[in-house]
Amino acid sequence: MNRRTLTALGHAAGLLAMTAIGQLVALVMLVAVALTFFVGMVFAFPPAVRLTRATTAAHRRLAARWSGVTIDEPYRPAPAPPRPQRDGWYRDGRNLYKTPRVPAFNRRLSWMVNDPATWRDLAYLMLNPWSGGLIVAIPVLLVAAGIPELLDGDLLGLLPAVVAAATAPAVVPWSVRVHGQIAHGLLAPTEKARLAQRVSHLAKTRIDAVDSQAAELRRIERDLHDGAQARIVAIGMTIGAAEQLVDSDPAAAKALLAKASEASATALRELRQVVRGIHPPVLAERGLGDAVRALALDTPLNAHVTVDLPVRPDAPVESAAYFAVSELLTNVVKHSGATEVWIDISHQGTTLRITVTDDGRGGADPGRGTGLRGIERRLAAFDGVLAINSPVGGPTTAVMELTRALESVVPPIPRWKSAILGLCWGLCWLPLFPQGLVAMVMKLVNAPERSWFLALYMPEPLQWPTIIGMILLGSAMLAGAVALTNQAKRAKVDACA
Amino acid sequence: MRVVIAEDLHLLREGLVALLKAHGFEVVAAVESGPDLLAAMLRERPDVAVVDVRLPPTFTDEGLQAALDARRRIPGLPVLVLSQHVEQLYARELLAGGSGGVGYLLKDRVFNAGQFVDAVRRVAEGGTAMDPEVIAKLLASNARNEPVGRLTPREREVLELMAEGRSNAAIGQRLFLSDSAVGKHTANIFAKLGLAPSDDDNRRVLAVLTFLNGKEAP
Repeated sequence: MNRRTLTALGHAAGLLAMTAIGQLVALVMLVAVALTFFVGMVFAFPPAVRLTRATTAAHRRLAARWSGVTIDEPYRPAPAPPRPQRDGWYRDGRNLYKTPRVPAFNRRLSWMVNDPATWRDLAYLMLNPWSGGLIVAIPVLLVAAGIPELLDGDLLGLLPAVVAAATAPAVVPWSVRVHGQIAHGLLAPTEKARLAQRVSHLAKTRIDAVDSQAAELRRIERDLHDGAQARIVAIGMTIGAAEQLVDSDPAAAKALLAKASEASATALRELRQVVRGIHPPVLAERGLGDAVRALALDTPLNAHVTVDLPVRPDAPVESAAYFAVSELLTNVVKHSGATEVWIDISHQGTTLRITVTDDGRGGADPGRGTGLRGIERRLAAFDGVLAINSPVGGPTTAVMELTRALESVVPPIPRWKSAILGLCWGLCWLPLFPQGLVAMVMKLVNAPERSWFLALYMPEPLQWPTIIGMILLGSAMLAGAVALTNQAKRAKVDACA
Repeated sequence: MRVVIAEDLHLLREGLVALLKAHGFEVVAAVESGPDLLAAMLRERPDVAVVDVRLPPTFTDEGLQAALDARRRIPGLPVLVLSQHVEQLYARELLAGGSGGVGYLLKDRVFNAGQFVDAVRRVAEGGTAMDPEVIAKLLASNARNEPVGRLTPREREVLELMAEGRSNAAIGQRLFLSDSAVGKHTANIFAKLGLAPSDDDNRRVLAVLTFLNGKEAP
């Protein structure tokens, strides 16, 4: 027995113990269910569910660590705490409460009772000894059973243990894996639960996106109101004053007009700033790569940019990525004390990945700055994530990933290839069946009918070669069609991966 | 002087035509889209083209691309690019050939007719006209560089004006300095930046711009 087998045996024994514990927990849960629904002792339910969930969470962790099967949490999001009405009371259905305790309990209870995952957890704990648990149990128990026999010296009784030990290298790791897969069946979120989680995630990010959008609009409104708009009003007034002075005091009118022209230049400059904050012109004109290059040119740092993008992402994604990079660069300039920065924009399938690395002093903490939180929020609207690795002493690396940011580019199938593909799929049956196999049967049974079978009209010595040639031609067409189709499918999968 | 104008906003285009005509230019074509611009430049071979960066049909950097394309086909074709915003990136691309006859200005500069016409003339004669904002950005990103940091404030002012493409005489007028004083400042600047001195205004400006653009391309 090698080390791998021994580890697997240890894991199997561990899973067996977990199965036994699961049985006890299932018993507790059953008692709690009975108390809740038959006796009405509802307060017993939540602690039992918490215990069950802790146990299945341990099972999930072990499945990931030992069996290599990742199982996500299937539970619905916890209910929000109750909010008081305007009069300070808490409403729960048709009842009013002075404190939030009872409504909060009721919400939690109905959350637990109505979540199918609660009952699937219970079912898993009850069924486990008869499915996954049994599979890991057999080899372990057989080996264990051999030990007293060995002490007794009963050689015949040792036989099952010896067999178990001999097959262990193959069986035990397999049984641990299968245990994980079976656990996945009941512990993983159902399609419905997965969708429910996705919906709640989307709802949250949508609120974030709408909030930050609204804040942006307010900021733009303020900038325009206090800046360009006020200046243009002033310009109008100055020109009006100049108009009145132009006959009586041309020199003063001229001075006023010069002032108006100066103010209009300032207004334009402020408008440019505002536009830059909304959607930078280079981004609109050149796309993400060149816009980031332009950013890099404007920083006082030595910046190195590498871009590998086959297509332009959608405008909103591009904009989010641009502002994220801009914010990160600002942080680098402000806090890191770095002199060089490397920006790498690349893609992996449809995922857009941006890495910003600097040679500064490190120690950036995403939990502290609002800037980094802002980037996270901005990216979350597109299912993007930000990861920062910044040990004290540097260097700092920030990685942003936006999945499904890029349209997959599936190279179109060349026309000649699709023509061959169509021809092969459309006509392969013709030589293969009627002209090949059916003609062969007709030939074998020496049927007098010749129908439309080409081979049977041939002179005698050419009949068999024609039939075989037809079958070969048909098979080759079919094989070619299958091969080409698979090739196209693979190209598509590669492009989407 | 024969001019081609490309600008998609009708009012501004007519304004430019009127302005340049009033200053003795002959406007041979006034177009409003990228492909038209390229065709007009190749057909007319103007003394100078005044081009808006953003043009139809794509409203991206159509005008800039057409200008760069035309300069590749007719080396040294003078082009003055106008834009609502200035980017070092575009300035770099325009200057990349190392030959003169390029300008890059904010559209606001049209307000000051005298200076604008002066810039058009300079570009047509093979000089350069860079917007003060471009130069400010260039200097800002060079601020940490050793040689630029050693310039005196006065020398910096001279450097800025020189980088915009102005001649010694124009710099002197602007800063109220005598020609010889400007000459002394430029000699000092060139010595501090380690550039070979040159009497030719245009070549000197290009040397300065190349130096300032020396920050490694990202």
